[in-house]
Amino acid sequence: MLKVLWKSLRTGVVTEPPPARDDAELERLGIEVKRHIDRKFAGSLAVREVDAGSCNGCELEIHALNNPYYDVERFGVHFVASPRHADVLLVTGVVSRHMETALRRTLRATPRPRYVIAAGSCACDGGEFGISYASSGAVENVVGVDLRIPGCPPTPEQLLRGILLFLEQPGGSD
Amino acid sequence: MNRFDWLSGFLARLEDEHVMVGPKAVRELSPAQVLEIDPENWGRVAEVAAAEGYRWSAIWADEHAQEMRLFSCFENEGDYLMLETGLALDSKLALPSQAPFYPAADRMERHIHDLLGIEFAEAPDTRRWTRHQAWDEDCFPLRRKASPDGAPPARTPADGDYPFERIAGSGVYEIPVGPVHAGIIEPGHFRFQAVGEEVLNLEQHLGYVHRGVEKRAVGRDADGLLKLAARVSGDSAVAHAWAACQAIERAWKIVPSRRALQLRGLLAERERIANHIGDIGAICNDVGFAFAQMQCSRLREEIQRRNAELFGHRLLMDVLVVGGVTVDLDVEAIAQLRADMQALSVEASRLFDVLNDQPALEDRLLTTGRLSHDSARELGCTGYVGKASGCGFDVRSNNPYAPYDQLAIEPVVHEQGDVAARVRVRMKEVLVSLEWMDRLLGGLADGPVRIEATPHSAPCEGLGVVDGWRGETLAYVRFDEDGRVARYFPRDPSWHTWPALERIVMGNIVPDFPVCNKSVNGSYAGHDL
Repeated sequence: MLKVLWKSLRTGVVTEPPPARDDAELERLGIEVKRHIDRKFAGSLAVREVDAGSCNGCELEIHALNNPYYDVERFGVHFVASPRHADVLLVTGVVSRHMETALRRTLRATPRPRYVIAAGSCACDGGEFGISYASSGAVENVVGVDLRIPGCPPTPEQLLRGILLFLEQPGGSD
Repeated sequence: MNRFDWLSGFLARLEDEHVMVGPKAVRELSPAQVLEIDPENWGRVAEVAAAEGYRWSAIWADEHAQEMRLFSCFENEGDYLMLETGLALDSKLALPSQAPFYPAADRMERHIHDLLGIEFAEAPDTRRWTRHQAWDEDCFPLRRKASPDGAPPARTPADGDYPFERIAGSGVYEIPVGPVHAGIIEPGHFRFQAVGEEVLNLEQHLGYVHRGVEKRAVGRDADGLLKLAARVSGDSAVAHAWAACQAIERAWKIVPSRRALQLRGLLAERERIANHIGDIGAICNDVGFAFAQMQCSRLREEIQRRNAELFGHRLLMDVLVVGGVTVDLDVEAIAQLRADMQALSVEASRLFDVLNDQPALEDRLLTTGRLSHDSARELGCTGYVGKASGCGFDVRSNNPYAPYDQLAIEPVVHEQGDVAARVRVRMKEVLVSLEWMDRLLGGLADGPVRIEATPHSAPCEGLGVVDGWRGETLAYVRFDEDGRVARYFPRDPSWHTWPALERIVMGNIVPDFPVCNKSVNGSYAGHDL
């Protein structure tokens, strides 16, 4: 136990300040926002991650959001185990046809207000896999998408910017 | 060591079994020797190979203009022997199954059936595998005449009627898990039969992230293929890209510079240590030890940041190209990397000492999820899953390719086969790789990191075999006369470790499934293709 405490103390705090939320910067990153969200999400966002057909690259970067450097929980963003606990579905990958119903059901199980974020190039525009006998392509081909965060995969910083933008978007409720 | 000095003995054995092999039957497909046999002997030869103790590695099929070619791959004493056969397209596409002798062949044969329509006689399991509800049973999407668009339903229904095995009995209940899993993880379905907390049986149902990789490869040029290869399994971008590069380079008979190959080795080992460190943290996290998760994910982050800085991509995607790599390292970068690795070596050692010293962790990981040596051998498990159960095969040591031929890397083996052993193997591999990379960086050859790579104007094929961080990774690539990909088959090592997980979890408690699963960490995407 002492070794664990000592190691933690010696490592110290590595968490970095959040990325600057400059609109031009976000524009450059090509993040599109389709809908405004209710201000009441600010301070707490429950995210259910759904891999609809990714290569697992996006998952690795989403995992990184929970590492000490990015520590996404300090913004009130936490990942939940069930869609029933979620405000947002964070969907990666093309929607493989074998995952189509699972994705639809997961969305249906998410109580309103609910939003869908498509993370990664495959989720945004079909990536390397497009539409085929096996794949329905971009997430928006199957369910409505409120925010797109492109990248192959998007870096944790790009994901964080996208999520923070989403959290602080002013505007009416849906 | 004389390569293939056992082959003549094997051919003699085949003759004893009345399997006639003609004098011209053996050809080279580097690094393998390929034996052409008649389709009706497909099972018999596998049976003999199994009796001789050869490891089975892969099977795939490839439709040519007039016939369907099949390959299966075996390994013995570090040498690769492939079997090859052909079925006329206008005949019944059937040949014997190899699964009765090699259980890991089961799913790959079913995958071939679902995509190409080939039947495997006397296969122990003839249920569909890759095919769920997106195409019919008389539809074979990888056939040449099948359009890539297919004819899928407007909405693909859930795969509700897959015939799982059931166990009847008082108190036995069934737990379905997935495809959507509770964490940030790929999708797949696990059907448990349990009594109380104890798992009587686990049956997997994968194929949920089937994206049509093999179909999407057809018609691409080499650069396009490499983009796809890096995304077969995003965490194994280097492994799959390297195997594909080897296949293409052998097909085109080009040899990258030594420096380029050394850099590929560096990238592959960085991929290995990043994933191993991440996994060690995640395994500990799955038994409630968050400290390890935080420390390991911190170290993983540092590796990935340095990857972005020096190689342009945190996961090293698109750094390997045909003929070499896209990025070189200058003297400063090399010095920085060496300093990094030395620091990480010390840091990781200290962290592993702390982890190895936790009784609560020991309590959860020791004896949990044991894979017997026999099972690991039977399934042909490589990588940390095989190594933790005494199966030490590693392409880098047993069939070394550059740069491992000139700079040997120490193999790691444990015997216990439990989750703790799979953690220990990873820990040791991290330290071994760090030390190896340091030596590599101390002796980089001069030269360009990328050579000109012109496609052949004639049909050609090649095989690539590397040791990715999950284990032995294969790639078969065939080009048509236009220099376009006619066939790409990436064989991720997970085909062998997924079935191992079914055995591993039996007799364990249901709450230990996540840690067992994480200790195996099979690739869903790399397997589903």
